[in-house]
Amino acid sequence: MEASQFKSDQYVRFCPGCGDHAICMALQKAMAQIGIPTHQVAVISGIGCSSRMPHYLNTYGFNTIHGRGGAVATGVKTSHPELTVWQMSGDGDCFAIGGNHFIHEIRRNVDLNVCVFNNRIYGLTKGQYSPTSPKGFVSKSSPFGTAERPFIPAQLVLGARGTFYARTLDVDMPTTVDCLVAAQQHKGCSIVECLVNCVIFNNGTHAWIADREQRAEHSIILRHGEKMIFGKNNDKGLAVEIDPVSFVPKIIVVPADDPRVLTHDAHQPDPTLHRLLALMGQDRIENVNAVVENELPIALGVIRNVEEETYDQAVNGQIAAVREQAKAKTFDELTATLESWEM
Amino acid sequence: MHKSKKISTFAQNLTIYNHIVKNIVVRFCGDSGDGMQLTGNMFAQLGAELGHEISTLPDFPAEIRAPQGTLGGVSGFQVELGSEVYTPGDKADVIVAMNAAALKVCTLGSHFNHPQAHFDDEFALYHRHAIVIVDTDSLSDKDLEKAQYHTENPFTELGIPESVQIVPVALTTLTKEALKESGMDNKSVLKCRNMFALGLIYWLFDEPMEKAIHLLEDKFKKKPALITPNTKVMVDGYNYGCNLALNISQIHLDGAPNEAHGTYTSIAGNKATAWGLIAAAQKAGKHLFLGSYPITPATDILHELAARKDMNVMAIQAEDEIAGICTAIGAAFAGDLACTTTSGPGLSLKSEALGLAVMAELPLVVVDVQRGGPSTGLPTKTEQTDLLQALYGRNGECPAVVLAASSSANCFDFAYEACKIALENMTPVVLMTDTYLANGTALWRIPKLAELPDIHPQSVPEELKGHYNPALRDERGVRYWAFPGMEGFEHRNIGLDRDAERGTISTNPENHEKMVRARQAKIAQIAERIPNLQIIKSANPQMSETLLVGWGSTEGHLHAAANELGCDLAQFNYICPLPKNTHEVLSRYKRIVVCELNTGQFATYLRAQFPELPIEQYNEIQGQPFAVERIVNYVKK
Repeated sequence: MEASQFKSDQYVRFCPGCGDHAICMALQKAMAQIGIPTHQVAVISGIGCSSRMPHYLNTYGFNTIHGRGGAVATGVKTSHPELTVWQMSGDGDCFAIGGNHFIHEIRRNVDLNVCVFNNRIYGLTKGQYSPTSPKGFVSKSSPFGTAERPFIPAQLVLGARGTFYARTLDVDMPTTVDCLVAAQQHKGCSIVECLVNCVIFNNGTHAWIADREQRAEHSIILRHGEKMIFGKNNDKGLAVEIDPVSFVPKIIVVPADDPRVLTHDAHQPDPTLHRLLALMGQDRIENVNAVVENELPIALGVIRNVEEETYDQAVNGQIAAVREQAKAKTFDELTATLESWEM
Repeated sequence: MHKSKKISTFAQNLTIYNHIVKNIVVRFCGDSGDGMQLTGNMFAQLGAELGHEISTLPDFPAEIRAPQGTLGGVSGFQVELGSEVYTPGDKADVIVAMNAAALKVCTLGSHFNHPQAHFDDEFALYHRHAIVIVDTDSLSDKDLEKAQYHTENPFTELGIPESVQIVPVALTTLTKEALKESGMDNKSVLKCRNMFALGLIYWLFDEPMEKAIHLLEDKFKKKPALITPNTKVMVDGYNYGCNLALNISQIHLDGAPNEAHGTYTSIAGNKATAWGLIAAAQKAGKHLFLGSYPITPATDILHELAARKDMNVMAIQAEDEIAGICTAIGAAFAGDLACTTTSGPGLSLKSEALGLAVMAELPLVVVDVQRGGPSTGLPTKTEQTDLLQALYGRNGECPAVVLAASSSANCFDFAYEACKIALENMTPVVLMTDTYLANGTALWRIPKLAELPDIHPQSVPEELKGHYNPALRDERGVRYWAFPGMEGFEHRNIGLDRDAERGTISTNPENHEKMVRARQAKIAQIAERIPNLQIIKSANPQMSETLLVGWGSTEGHLHAAANELGCDLAQFNYICPLPKNTHEVLSRYKRIVVCELNTGQFATYLRAQFPELPIEQYNEIQGQPFAVERIVNYVKK
């Protein structure tokens, strides 16, 4: 299929320069690459800039209310597992007002493809801090800097027993498309954290890696089965070291030819290493004033991708199993089983 | 303390004669762990199977297990049976009190906590000529202390009139005796006390034991080990009545029920609601989806639907009330018959999402099993205080259909009707029931699916393929339903307002007004399709210019009150929209008394619709169903 088949007739109203434009295009490309017909795809969203996305995709779409996209999407997918269901959300929609639905769709492992557009700011309400804004971040609602510790989305996903987590960047189209396609291919709740720039209210929030000059040194793209190599000259690799005193494992940078360099295993059920990888480079995200030494690269790509039974399969499987054994399957057969009498 | 002494003053007043009565009210009252709900239900069900009309009122504390023997832990179950049964009865004719606390609560009613309170005709839960069966083994000093008695003689202390027939029975001793060879431990033995009391009540009403045993076997079929001991105790209780010839006479219920010919069962309101949803889904050819979060007193609907996978029901226990309705909205968007069930606090949480369903114009059934409010309020008690919330409790101009069931049995009909209206008119429908209907049981004539009205979901016509948008309406003003999976109908639905022609986001001022009015007109036209308001005429008109008005669950009590007063009754099941002839009917009466278990919500609503009508109101807000006597006294004054 062609990306153009997934374009709706609506004028795309994201601000000029907004990272959401890129994700919109990536979604259309990924959907075309996946090749599921438009009428079998439903895109559900909540409220926020990112939640406008369904209007720009020529599929079934439902732009619901703030924070509730996950619950609505759970209803769509569970009742109709034959559909491909996407959820579009942002850092406020998913991690603040919709936090409960977010952790529970992950915990249940509903087979959804969830794109969380993380620009670390509330854009549609014009510039308040979000649950992913670094501590001390100055915004209209935090004129003296926030007093809050932020969420690190990956940690939240893994804490909720997530089976799929990918991180991508608005300016990296190929990685974004790869992550979206992998999310769709994964059976279960797939979370793709899209780091996007808000050109109006939080310009440059991801400049550390978005800047083309710096990206190769400050980020690493993880690919299942491949060695963890990065750097402008592909001269660095990642390895694990156990601290001899605390026994805490940590990731270290070693030369690319060091035999300790890790090979990425996204399918590993144990999330320990996925967590370490996802937390790399997050110190600067936690606190605006962080002074970081020996900073590790921020991991992009599919970090975790394991298979477990999905909620929609389990629920529908249970109904099918009961119905196979059931003697009464219709209302009249059901009432016939009642203790009743003639009058 | 010598027990026989306490009761000796009453024994001489007992009279012996055979009663033949049209109907009778029995209340089982004991500790919340004494199995009073089960006992009461079994008695009611047997009554129903023997052809009596029934109406039941379970009345239990919010605590699952309050400290044993205390006043706070008293659980009651009241049933009226016989013919022309409209309510579970204001006051009991027969009381079974399993302990000292139960005796006190039954005698003092809501005044049980007042230190100086005595039997009072107004507050007592039984008549002054009632029969009170009491377990004398549960009146020890310790029992009396736990139930906050101050003297050794509970009967005198409570000021029970001599006209009340106290029947002392050593229930605990007799139960132990019955099971002495069973090898059961003491705790398990004591759990069978309720069956002794039940057996005794069966004797009192001269009920056939074969049917009673059959019913017991059915109730305990999942715990077969309990069948033998419970049957033994129940039969012993029955024989105790026969052999000892207690100084009370048996009571014979007479009079044939008024119900139409058919196959009957007894059903609780919540179960009837669940089955109405199932029937509607099958009739409409839709998959039934429930998104719900546990909340008293609505949870039994979730339980019932979760168990009905054989009926292809998908019931999801969501992470919260909001997710309950939002998963249902998702299922409705995807083409299912979608429902959510809740009580007042949950309805508050669902408000915003209910607005989304109004805006997105999706079919959705929201069942609100009302309880005492506000906030957590009285979770296990009944009230009609959510009406204005259901009508208006949302942001914006946000009309939805509001229906109310008026008996435990017709919860089935109105759940069915709610689905029919939702599917045919692309709107959320709020169905109001309450604790009283939900937990109460009534006789239900089991319908066949074929005899229920057809349901025609508002499916999009095939010729709109390729031209569809979600704003397109038919001649009634109802938009068409297309859902994912249908090729050529891809569209975007929204909670934002949409262009009346194209269905896309619009903030145009004229368009907004047009859409607000279109959504209202869609609800208003439903009045063309619902039945006219039918007056329940008095057979013996004495107050022909007076009309009692009620809505929902108060029908039985108002019917009984209207009969006694000799006036007519208008009971509303359709609240929004109102039946078309409402004004015409109400304007025939000089005095219109709107009776509600709130401070006047329906009266307020009617005044807003018909400001020229002389609307008077009578209200009770005690977490209990009406007392017929109080309504009669008010209207007569």
